[in-house]
Amino acid sequence: MSATAVHSLWTTAADPIQKIDAPNIEYGQLSPVLIVIGAAVVGILVEAFVPRKSRYHVQLFVSVVALAAAFAAVVGLAASGYGTTKAGIAAMGAVAVDGPALFLQGTILLAGVLGVFTFAERRLDPVAHGNRVDSFAAQAASVPGSDSEKAAVRAGFTTTEVFPLLLFAIGGMLVFPAANDLLTLFIALEVFSLPLYLLCAVARRKRLMSQEAAVKYFLLGAFASAFTLFGIALLYGYAGSVSYATVAQVVDGTVETVNPALAGTMGNDALLLIGAAMVVMGLLFKVGAVPFHMWTPDVYQGAPTPVTGFMAAATKVAAFGALLRLLYVVLPGLRWDWRPVMMGVAVVTMLGGAIVAITQTDIKRLLAYSSIAHAGFILAGVIATTPDGVSSVLFYLAAYSFVTIGAFAVVTLVRDAGGEATHLSKWAGLGRRSPLVAAVFAVFLLAFAGIPLTSGFAGKFAVFKAAAEGGASALVVVGVVSSAIAAFFYIRVIVLMFFSEPRPEGPTVAVPSPLTMTAIAVGVAVTLVLGVAPQYFLDLAGQAGVFVR
Amino acid sequence: MSFPLLTATAALPAIGAIATAAVPAARRTAAKWLALLVSLATLALAVVVLVRFDPDGDRYQLTESHSWIKDFGVRYELGVDGIAVALIALTALLIPFVILAGWHDADPLETRSSRWRPTQGFFALILAVEAMVIISFEATDVFLFYIFFEAMLIPMYFLIGGFGDRAHAGSDEHAAAQRSYAAVKFLLYNLAGGLIMLAAVIGLYVVAGNFSLQEIAAARADGSLDMATNTERWLFLGFFFAFAVKAPLWPLHTWLPNAMGESTAPVAVLITAVVDKVGTFAMLRFCLQLFPEASEWATPAILVLALISIIYGALLAVGQRDIKRLVAYASISHFGFIIMGIFAMTSQGQSGATLYMVNHGISTAALMLVAGFLISRRGSRLIADYGGVQKVAPVLAGTFLVGSLATLSLPGLAPFVSEFLVLVGTFARYPVIGIIATFGIVLAALYTLVLYQRTMTGPVKPEVSAMPDLKVRELVVVAPLIALLIVLGVYPKPLTDIVNPAVEQTMSDVQKTDPKPDVEAAK
Repeated sequence: MSATAVHSLWTTAADPIQKIDAPNIEYGQLSPVLIVIGAAVVGILVEAFVPRKSRYHVQLFVSVVALAAAFAAVVGLAASGYGTTKAGIAAMGAVAVDGPALFLQGTILLAGVLGVFTFAERRLDPVAHGNRVDSFAAQAASVPGSDSEKAAVRAGFTTTEVFPLLLFAIGGMLVFPAANDLLTLFIALEVFSLPLYLLCAVARRKRLMSQEAAVKYFLLGAFASAFTLFGIALLYGYAGSVSYATVAQVVDGTVETVNPALAGTMGNDALLLIGAAMVVMGLLFKVGAVPFHMWTPDVYQGAPTPVTGFMAAATKVAAFGALLRLLYVVLPGLRWDWRPVMMGVAVVTMLGGAIVAITQTDIKRLLAYSSIAHAGFILAGVIATTPDGVSSVLFYLAAYSFVTIGAFAVVTLVRDAGGEATHLSKWAGLGRRSPLVAAVFAVFLLAFAGIPLTSGFAGKFAVFKAAAEGGASALVVVGVVSSAIAAFFYIRVIVLMFFSEPRPEGPTVAVPSPLTMTAIAVGVAVTLVLGVAPQYFLDLAGQAGVFVR
Repeated sequence: MSFPLLTATAALPAIGAIATAAVPAARRTAAKWLALLVSLATLALAVVVLVRFDPDGDRYQLTESHSWIKDFGVRYELGVDGIAVALIALTALLIPFVILAGWHDADPLETRSSRWRPTQGFFALILAVEAMVIISFEATDVFLFYIFFEAMLIPMYFLIGGFGDRAHAGSDEHAAAQRSYAAVKFLLYNLAGGLIMLAAVIGLYVVAGNFSLQEIAAARADGSLDMATNTERWLFLGFFFAFAVKAPLWPLHTWLPNAMGESTAPVAVLITAVVDKVGTFAMLRFCLQLFPEASEWATPAILVLALISIIYGALLAVGQRDIKRLVAYASISHFGFIIMGIFAMTSQGQSGATLYMVNHGISTAALMLVAGFLISRRGSRLIADYGGVQKVAPVLAGTFLVGSLATLSLPGLAPFVSEFLVLVGTFARYPVIGIIATFGIVLAALYTLVLYQRTMTGPVKPEVSAMPDLKVRELVVVAPLIALLIVLGVYPKPLTDIVNPAVEQTMSDVQKTDPKPDVEAAK
C-alpha cells in the first residue's frame, strides 16, 4: 500500500477505486489506549456475568490493574525513546506517539488511578440497610424518590457501571491529546465526553441536581461537539484532508492541491479561519475558558464529587493537550491570527474566573470558578508558542491535576446529615474540629493560590516565564493581578476553617478508607514535591515538549 | 566541602518547628521548652556566623551554592554581607525573647478535642517564621529570596489570625472578627505586593537570564548587561512595591496597625522587629544593587514618601488611644527614617539605616513586650484604663520608661546613634528633607512621654491598684534587651565595624560618593 494514495485511516474506505487494504496498526505504540479500552469492555462483561455481590471488587481490581498496566506501557514507551528520538505517527496517521502525548497520557492515567480510588470509596456514607454505599445512585435508571429507587436502596444495589464508564472516558482522553487527524480528534472527544455526561447524572444524594447538571453538560457539550464537527468539515473543505500534517502544509502554502475534487473550495481562507475558530471553540469549551465556561459551576456542583474531581483534573489535561497540538502542529502558520484572540480569551478567563469566584458560597462552585481562572493561566503558557511554552503547560497540567483531585477528595470527607456539606458556612471552624483535614485542604488551597513551595507556584512561574519570554508580558501582568484576586477567596476559605468559631450543628469529618486516604496523600505529596524540588519533572516536561509533525 | 553554616542557621529553626508541632497535645510545656532551646541553639549558630564573618574580607562570605531548579535558572545560593550578618544576629537574638514573652499566650482556654494543639502550633509557627526570615537574609539568588519572602506570610498569617490578643475590649466574637480581618488584611496587602514583585522577578529573568544577585550586579556594573531605562524602572518599581508594603511605607502601611493591634505582643514584635526588616533589608540588597539607575531616578519620590511616613506615623501615634496601635504608628514613623536613610545615598545614611534596623528591633521589642506584660495584667489595651502604675509596679514602669526613651532616641540609648546618622546622612544631600524629618523626633518625644505620663504617673486607678510587678520570666525577657540598648548606645563600634564595609560596597554599586562638606556654603 503506498503512502501517497492513502492519506488517512478514515478516507481509506471512502475511495472507491482503491482496494481496501488492512490498515497497518502499531499495536505496541497504542497499547496504553488498547489496554484501557479493553479493560472497559471487560468491565461491561463483568456487569453482565459476575454476581452482583462481587462486582464491586472485580471492577475495582480490573480498573486499577488496567490503569497501572497502561501507565507501565506509557513509561515503557517513553523509556524506549518514543517520547523523543523515536517519536512518530502511528495508526496510519491517526495517532501521534510523541513527548507531549506520552506525558499527558501518563498524567491522565495517574489521575485516573486516583479517580478510581475516590470512586470506590465506601466508608463515608452511613451504612444503609446493612450495605456499604458509595457516592453513586443505587440504580441510576430509577426515578428519584420513586418506589423502585427505595427498593433498589433496600436491596443494596450499587452502580458499579461507573468503573467501565470511567475507563471509557480515560480511553478517550488518552487518544484526545494524541489525535493526529481531525476525525480522530472528534471521535476521542465523544468517547470521553459521553461517559462523563452519564457519570455526572448518577449521584446518590441530591439526585435531581445531579441529573440537571448532566443534562446541562450534555446539551452544551453537544453544541460544542457540533461546532467542532462543523469546523472540521470546513477545514476539510479548505485543505482537502483531515490529517494534521496535510492541513498544516496547506496552511503554510507548501502544498497546493491535495484533493482535485475540492478544487472549488481549497485554499479559501474564509473556510480556514471559520473552521479553525470553530474547532478551537469546541476545545475551549472542554477546557472551561471564558466565554465557554457557563457549564462549569453547575456541572461541578451537581456531579458526584469524585466525578467532579476526576473530570476537573483529567478533562483539562486532555483538552489542553489537544488544544496545544492543534495550535502548534496544525495552525502554527496561522499564529498571527489566533494569538491575539487567544490572548483576549486568556485575559477574560483569568480575570472572569477570579472575580466571579469571590462571590461563591459553595465550595464546589468556588473550585469550579477557580478551575476557570487556572484555565486562563494555562492559556498564558499556550500562547507563548515556544517549546518552553509547551513544557510549562505540561508541567502545570500535571501539578494542577493532583491538587484538584486531592482537593475534591477532601470535599467528600466533610459531611452532615444531608451528605456532603458543601456550603461554605458549614466549613466554619473546621480547623478546630479536624486540624489535619483542614491543614491538608489549606495546603491544596495555597497551591491553587500559587504560594511558593507548592506545586502551584512552580507551575505558575513556569507558564508566566514562558509567556514573558514569548513576548506576552501583558498577560503576565494580568496573570499576577488575577492571582492576587484569586488569593482572596482561597484565603477566605482558610480564614473560615481556622479563625471562625465552629458551629454547634456543623458537619463532621468522616474517616475514609485507605482508598481516599491514598488519593489525598498522593495529592499532598505531589503538591509539595513539585513545589520544593520540581527540577526532575521540569526536565521530564522539557524533554516532552516537542510535537511530532 | 566546608560545613554549610548558613544553611544550618536557617534549617535548625525549621526542623525545630516541625519537631515542636509534633509534640503530643498533653505535653504542652515540653513543646515550649523545645522551642526555646531551638531558638537558643539558633542564636548560638548566629553568633558563630558573626564570629566567622570577617568585616574586611570578601563582600559575600560563608557562601554556599548548589543547583536547584535548572530550568528556571535558579540556584540555591547563600552568602552574607555585614548588613545581613547584623540582621541575622538581631533575628536570632529576638526570637528567644519572643518565645519567652509569649510563654502563656497560647495556652488553651478550655480543653477541646485532644487533637487541638494551639500551644504547639504557636511556637512552631514562630520558629517557622524565624527560619524563613533568616534564609531571606542569606539568599543571594533573587528567586530563592522571593520564595521565602512570600512563604513567610503563611505562618505569620496564622500567628496573627489564630492567636489573638486576649485583652480585647469587645465580645469574643467581635474580637475574632477583628482578628481575622487583621490577618486577612496583612496577607492580602503583602500577597499583592509579592505578586507584583513576581511579575518583576520574571521580567528580570527575561532580561538577565539568571537570578544570581552577584552575577547580575557584576554584569550591571561592567556594562555587559544593559537594561533599557524604562525596563529598569518598571522592574525597580515591581521590586520596590513589594518591599514598601512589607516595610511598610506610607501609603501602603495600613495593614500594620491592624496586625499589631490584634495580635499578641510577642507576635507584634515578630512582625515589626523581625519580618518587616526583610523589606528594608531587601531595598538595600536588591533594589540598589540590581537597579542602581532606577533607584536614583526614584529617590526624590521615595524620600518624600518616607518623610510623609515619619511625620504622619508620628502624628497618628500621638492621637492613639490603644497602646499597641500607638507602637505600630511609631514603627511606621521609624520605618520612614530607615527608608530615608537608605535612599539618602550617603554612607552615613545607609549605615545609620542598617543600625536603625537593629536598634529599632531591640527598642520596639523592649517597649512592646513590656506593654504586653502591662496589658495582660489589666486586660485592656486602652491608655485611658491605666494610671499610676509606677506606684504599684515600679520595675514594670521603669522598664517601660527605658523602652519609651529608646523609642524617642534619647542620647545614650542605641536608637539615638542610628537616628543621628540617618539625619546627618540625609542632611548632607537633602537639607530640607533632613530638617523636616527632625520634627519626627519632637513628635516621638510627645507620643512616648504622654503615653508614659498617662499610664504610669498620676493617681492610682482602682483597677490597677493590685497590679503585680514583673515576674522573673518577664524580667529575664526585658533586662537583656535594656542592657543591649545601653551598651549599643554607648559603644556602637562593634556593630558599625561590621556594617560599614558592606555599606561602602552598596554605595559603590549605585556609583555614589558622599558629598564633600561644603565649606563655602557654611560661611
